[in-house]
Amino acid sequence: MNGNYIFSLITVVVLGLLAFFGTTVFGLQYLFGVIVPYACVIWFVFGILKRMLGWANSPVPFRITTTCGQQKSLPWIKQNRIDNPSTGIETIIRMILEIVLFRSLFRNTKSDITASGKVTYIWEKWLWVGALAFHYSFLVVIVRHMRFFTDPVPYLISMLEYFDSLFKIEFVGEVVGTSLQIGLPGFFISGLVLLAAILFLFSRRVLISQVRYISLPADFFPLFLLMGIAGTGIFMRYFSKVDIISIKELTMGLATFCIPDGAVLAGLSSVFYIHLFLVCILLAYFPFSKLMHMGGVFLSPTRNLPNNSRARRHINPWNYPVKVHTYDEYEDEFREKMIEAGLPVEKES
Amino acid sequence: MNDKLKVIAGLIVFFAIFSYPFWNNIFNKENPEHKPVLSAEAEKAKECVRSKDYMTKEHMQLLDIWRDKVVRSGERVYKYGNGKEYNMSLSNTCLGCHTSKAEFCDRCHDYASVKPYCWDCHIDPKENK
Repeated sequence: MNGNYIFSLITVVVLGLLAFFGTTVFGLQYLFGVIVPYACVIWFVFGILKRMLGWANSPVPFRITTTCGQQKSLPWIKQNRIDNPSTGIETIIRMILEIVLFRSLFRNTKSDITASGKVTYIWEKWLWVGALAFHYSFLVVIVRHMRFFTDPVPYLISMLEYFDSLFKIEFVGEVVGTSLQIGLPGFFISGLVLLAAILFLFSRRVLISQVRYISLPADFFPLFLLMGIAGTGIFMRYFSKVDIISIKELTMGLATFCIPDGAVLAGLSSVFYIHLFLVCILLAYFPFSKLMHMGGVFLSPTRNLPNNSRARRHINPWNYPVKVHTYDEYEDEFREKMIEAGLPVEKES
Repeated sequence: MNDKLKVIAGLIVFFAIFSYPFWNNIFNKENPEHKPVLSAEAEKAKECVRSKDYMTKEHMQLLDIWRDKVVRSGERVYKYGNGKEYNMSLSNTCLGCHTSKAEFCDRCHDYASVKPYCWDCHIDPKENK
């Protein structure tokens, strides 16, 4: 039993129960449906600003690029222009590929000891695949949710929904008297990929002992939080079913700053409030956690600088003038004494 | 450092995208009516084949079961709690009461950006095609 993930799991469960009992027992729909979302969005915006401006104010006087290929050298030596960029445009290409395709994860290796006792490094692609699946499905899910904040829904968003639900998966079965049906309303593949990718990334942290050793509650908490968000979302859509029109009345109200009356808020299901509250927690948690890699990836100095330390001299801008005492000056000062002691001097007088 | 301007430019772009739900709605304020209108027939009948709450949330599932029963096993009679028997038919039973697709079905579906494939096969006789 690992305290790190048990602690994170309990935290997420408690947060979910907070929203559940808050809305079902204590009738705090206005708090969980209006006040908390606004507060968390404001908190998110200022938190992001604080972190990003803090990073922007940190000086990076020297080029500390991590290089993964041949540096620009003599004209007949072929340079690896993307993995060892020397100009701005090459660096931009490197950054785009890093941000869009996660190339540094693609190079991930796993060390292992073979039967004969030799250390080997194996090219391990599953982290890269899982990370790509997670980030892109999450992006699609977020963009899809814009249908709750736009009226009329823009063509691009409905087109994305169309492609997301292109696979018509339908399952009809009977479970204890009631018919269970998956695939109606239209089945969104992104939701399933998102949950599967989170579960994969989680199991990686639990099952691989080296990764488990370096995993902290800060690594497990966002995973459980996202599991809760994706889980409640899928549960609402395919299993418990919610009154989507009332939900959109609330979300549109939040976006246009005219909140619908209490009857609408009171009529929403508690699963929705759990979902919303966990999203709010994610927003509030975001700026002060490892999730800030969303902004940080753009500012990583080992990636976003061209490796031109040999072509250009970079001078630390806050260097103070150093007092120097050259050998010539030293000899001028001590010449007589040096001659007296029989030490060799460069100039005799 | 001189990168500060780039960071601020990036932040502006990010917050412009992030605040999309807020600024998008400033320009199209007038909310088209999204509540379904009950026709005179529906008002008179007072009740649907099942409760209003069930129909709001689960009508798509009910329609799918109806379709499977009718198309695959030829059953046409639907019986539920209130003991009445209904003919499982979208065009006759559903649209018989909810006479206007545009004022009943489409209101919510358009608002929530839902595109059911009912109308791939069925037609609404009142809609010009």
